Amino acid sequence: MKTIVIGVIGADVHAVGNKIIEYTLTNHGYNVINIGVLSSQEDFINAAIEADAKLILVSSLYGQGEIDCRGMRDKCIEAGIGDILLYVGGNIVVGKQDFREVKKRFLDMGFNRIYPPGTPIDKALCDIKKDLGE
Amino acid sequence: MARYLLIDFGSTFTKLTAVDTEKGDIIGTSAKATTVASDIREGYHQALAALFAEIGHEVTFDKIIACSSAAGGLKMAAVGLVDELTVEAAKRVCLGAGAKVDLVFSHHLTNHEVQEIVNQKIDIVLLAGGSDGGNTECVLYNANKLGEMKISVPIVFAGNKTAEDDIKLIFQKYGMDGYICENVMPRINVLNVGSAKEKIREIFLKKIIAAKGIKKIEEEIDRVVLPTPEAVLQASELLSRGYMHEPGLGDIVIVDIGGATTDMYSMCLATNRSDVILHGLEEPFAKRTVEGDLGMRYSAPGIVKNLSKEEIRLIDEEKGIDIETEVAYRFHNVWSLPENEHDEHIDELLAEMCAYRAMHRHVGKIEEVFTPMGTVYNQTGKDLTEVEYVIGTGGVIINARDPFIILNKTKNVFSNTNELRPKHPGFLIDRKYILAAMGLLSQIDPLLALKIMKKHLKPINEEEGR
Repeated sequence: MKTIVIGVIGADVHAVGNKIIEYTLTNHGYNVINIGVLSSQEDFINAAIEADAKLILVSSLYGQGEIDCRGMRDKCIEAGIGDILLYVGGNIVVGKQDFREVKKRFLDMGFNRIYPPGTPIDKALCDIKKDLGE
Repeated sequence: MARYLLIDFGSTFTKLTAVDTEKGDIIGTSAKATTVASDIREGYHQALAALFAEIGHEVTFDKIIACSSAAGGLKMAAVGLVDELTVEAAKRVCLGAGAKVDLVFSHHLTNHEVQEIVNQKIDIVLLAGGSDGGNTECVLYNANKLGEMKISVPIVFAGNKTAEDDIKLIFQKYGMDGYICENVMPRINVLNVGSAKEKIREIFLKKIIAAKGIKKIEEEIDRVVLPTPEAVLQASELLSRGYMHEPGLGDIVIVDIGGATTDMYSMCLATNRSDVILHGLEEPFAKRTVEGDLGMRYSAPGIVKNLSKEEIRLIDEEKGIDIETEVAYRFHNVWSLPENEHDEHIDELLAEMCAYRAMHRHVGKIEEVFTPMGTVYNQTGKDLTEVEYVIGTGGVIINARDPFIILNKTKNVFSNTNELRPKHPGFLIDRKYILAAMGLLSQIDPLLALKIMKKHLKPINEEEGR
């Protein structure tokens, strides 16, 4: 069973979407480690190391995701899990910005997949199946 | 109708407590130096003679049981993967089993670290790493490393269960004294203390006390049943929770300031509030922490080491003392007792600092986080704000002229708003040094142990006329 770490990063307490993601991924046979809201980069990375996760899926709904996610790939490399997949989704930047720009910035930060506001989890699920296998 | 003798073979003193169930009370106590270096029975005989002298006649006991922290207690190394997760979980299991955690290692063990296990004469190694189904690579590497370096002390494996079969093969391959237990952290942030703790106790009673020359006392008494700190932990939990119709004291904290360590125990849930978000590894109801660098004699230098030059100067000027000299003297004269008011004053000052800092490390922290959805509270560790009582034990507190000042340092005296220290606790003193003995008695007669504790733990206010 493939393991995925999910959670809501930074000073963000949006818990509903987080539960929906947990429910959906679990139903599709993934071992989901949900570290919940108000989670730091280190919380995600520590959980991924102990649980031998293949993917970290970061949610951010309050607009500060860009600040909260900066340097996360570097920390993964330092922690010995540099190859792990990093996904991020939600309202990850302030205001309405051109998503192509936003996506580029997050790709440069080392994230593998970036989802715009309003993406249903099923869309991400397709990518997860592609990246991790069924 | 029965009489029980409860013995605590401490690192310094062998303490005896005699209990009569008919009277429902303690009938005598005594203490003599522990003689584990020559023959542990000598000190026991002396203490027994003193006990009979106190009672006024000889007594036949129906049952004699003991706990021990003699000959260095139970020295353990906790090995895990990530510091905040399996390393912390392993450490908590060791502390909960009544051990001193002398070494703590994360990630891959190095040759030097394994050599330290030998150098520091570690009794048992707790090997953890990986949640169930998670990382196996690290714990297997570490098991192999321990095998290659021919570590002969017992190794308790309590890591990722997926690695269990391979671990067994490694134990066999190197002829290691290995034991398999449930994972200390089966899922992320979930703590599982029971299985590994039970195994540690079993090994302690079967092997460690024999190796330390304590087991020969079992020719004269029924059994050594627990490491001393675990006896205190059990007494504390009983005192907090109560037993059947006899209510306990509720949420409590126990502070034990000794020569080498300051131990702190808290009996309460992580939080009773619904408006906080808990972070980090799950907290046990009965939590013990041990500060190996905070103590009145062996560890006195640690107290000052924690201070900045400025703070030291401030203390020296304010109190009119030279604290570094005082600390060095106590370190080199571990048997010294206060001879005058000045010595007492210094000892109490050091104890205040131990209590303050040990609580700083034990207590949970809370952080206000401003979010677009309003203010939320992010908590790690245990919330002790509503604790009913802080109970003091250990020589310096028991004998202090004013134990209130020492115990008061567990409160939020410097108004660090993020520390969840006790707000309005009552203060009790373990005047007769009975906590470990009552932990032993709780194995036989929990109700009586609870009643005796409630009777003999005295409020400071009452005694000191505050």
